[in-house]
Amino acid sequence: MGLPDDYRAMARIRRFEERLAALKDDGEIPGSIHLCNGQEAIPVGAARALRDGDHVTATYRGHGWALARGVDMTGLFAEMMGRDSAVNGGRAASPYLSDPGRWFMGENSIVGAGVPIATGAALTAQRTGSGAVSVVSIGDGAMNQGNVHEAINLAAVLDLPLVLVVENNVYSEMSRIEDMVRIRQLAERAAGYGIPGRVVDGNDPDAVAEAVAEAVTRAREGSGPSIVEAMTERLVGHYSGDVQHYRPAGEIAAAREREPLARIRAAADAALTARLDAVDAEVEAEVEAAVVAAREVPFPDPATIKEYVYV
Amino acid sequence: MSESLRYIQAVNAALAWSLESRSDTVYFGEDVALPGGPFGATKGLHKRFGSDRIFDTPISETGFLGMALGAAMTGLRPIAEIMYADFSFVAMDQIVNQIATIRYSSAGRWKAPLVIRMQQGYSPGACAQHSHSVEAYFAHTPGLRVALPSTPDDAYQMLRTAVVSDDPVVVAEARMLYPTRGPVRTDAPVEPIGGARVVRDGRDATVVAWSRMVPAALAAADQLAAEGIETEVIDLRWLNPLDFDTVGASVARTGRLVVAHEANLTGGFGAEIAARAASECFADLRAPVARVAAPDVPMPAAPALQKAVVPEAEHVAEAVRGTVRR
Repeated sequence: MGLPDDYRAMARIRRFEERLAALKDDGEIPGSIHLCNGQEAIPVGAARALRDGDHVTATYRGHGWALARGVDMTGLFAEMMGRDSAVNGGRAASPYLSDPGRWFMGENSIVGAGVPIATGAALTAQRTGSGAVSVVSIGDGAMNQGNVHEAINLAAVLDLPLVLVVENNVYSEMSRIEDMVRIRQLAERAAGYGIPGRVVDGNDPDAVAEAVAEAVTRAREGSGPSIVEAMTERLVGHYSGDVQHYRPAGEIAAAREREPLARIRAAADAALTARLDAVDAEVEAEVEAAVVAAREVPFPDPATIKEYVYV
Repeated sequence: MSESLRYIQAVNAALAWSLESRSDTVYFGEDVALPGGPFGATKGLHKRFGSDRIFDTPISETGFLGMALGAAMTGLRPIAEIMYADFSFVAMDQIVNQIATIRYSSAGRWKAPLVIRMQQGYSPGACAQHSHSVEAYFAHTPGLRVALPSTPDDAYQMLRTAVVSDDPVVVAEARMLYPTRGPVRTDAPVEPIGGARVVRDGRDATVVAWSRMVPAALAAADQLAAEGIETEVIDLRWLNPLDFDTVGASVARTGRLVVAHEANLTGGFGAEIAARAASECFADLRAPVARVAAPDVPMPAAPALQKAVVPEAEHVAEAVRGTVRR
């Protein structure tokens, strides 16, 4: 996987999120959205370590994971516009979308709740001998949820093929994670479960891919779960209306110099810069075409309101 | 073929049937494998089916109910045991926010074919955290099916129905009924989900009950018959799907309705039955709907205090007399 490929995958997520924010401002997106700007290297790197059949579970900041796993961009825009999308028919919107066709078990609006669910996918993989792994992404704040602790321990004692990716973006919602825990790195908790834990540069897709691949290999071999803590920074607020008054002056500007796309750009020579510019133009066209197509998707028929509750 | 089994043995037989006949079934919970369950519901199953199919979990209700959901979404058919129904409250997020919603929120692209098996209700000396009747909490939640078997045969049939269902089902058994014995049709075909049952015919009043209050209602009907009052008793069996047609048809015959449950009064599922009767059976009713329920207090542990809280046959009989006198 070459540099422009990773760049393209990350740029798709970045541009998707930026476009989403603009659509939100324009009133085309109802409700709250949680963007992952700055964190793109984590889903893109992790996706490189996965194959078809490996399930992914994410948080409400999970658009990047959905895109990295191949969920249709037009469907995602339409779902978030409250339209009758092929993704979830307007039932899920931004914080709870999913796509079984791409083994994307979904986002979750309850912090940490995806970890027990991902553990279940790992149980299926183990009991059916499918060789699949279950990857679940959570934020740093979720490490303080009881359901996460329960699920990691459960996966550990059952040797389940689970990989927990902690996207440490410094803030748990609107509070600094350093004020919420007494340990320096969240991956230190792995020792308490008797499983491996690693800290990686979450702004480097290669570093993420390598660490996740190691954890995936271990999981596929039947050796149980691992924790990968990917250090990153959020370039935007916790949610769409968050003005981030709690962040120190200059913090976001400094993060913009470390974020994964800027990092690739900073190291690029003239030839690569030209290629990246071309990639940006293609991504821009793709995103705009997806928005146009999403606007063609009809709104759901209220007469269908009681469908899908029961089989 | 019909066998005489205790209620708890019928549960065991239904689980054995599920593990035997469906290779996608797995069973897990606390102390269910090697120990065989605190009430013996899973006795012998680990030896027969092995650790791949039935295994013990840490004491982590949220963790293993979420695991049940993820496993159900990806191809297994898990049955997760909550030891005491009270402990389901520890895992309410997974039950209410996750298990109940995934099918709807994915527009039917995922489903959650799983069973949450638990036992509920009071027993002598059990405290407020081991005595809840939880059915109204789950019947209130769209997406969940709710089953409350009252006989050994229903314990067998309804659990099998729950396992076969593609919807998530909460099966709440009655701990106090575990020792009761009755005929169990072990070779019956699996029943479709739902369906109330008239378990005693009568012309003067209808009693709708479920779980432990069904035998209490039948005992009340015996007492009332001696007084010349003929009581029709309906075992509601499933709160979801709710078979109100059977209730409405009975009220059309009797003109009087008493709803009896062990859960406390306010917001109990009896309120739902009463409301449905008021809106759908108003012309048939010759007296106000009466409810028999526990008073709105947490369950005390001392038997002398429990006696003041737990509804029994005499409370049902008195409620029926009250409606018939009007």
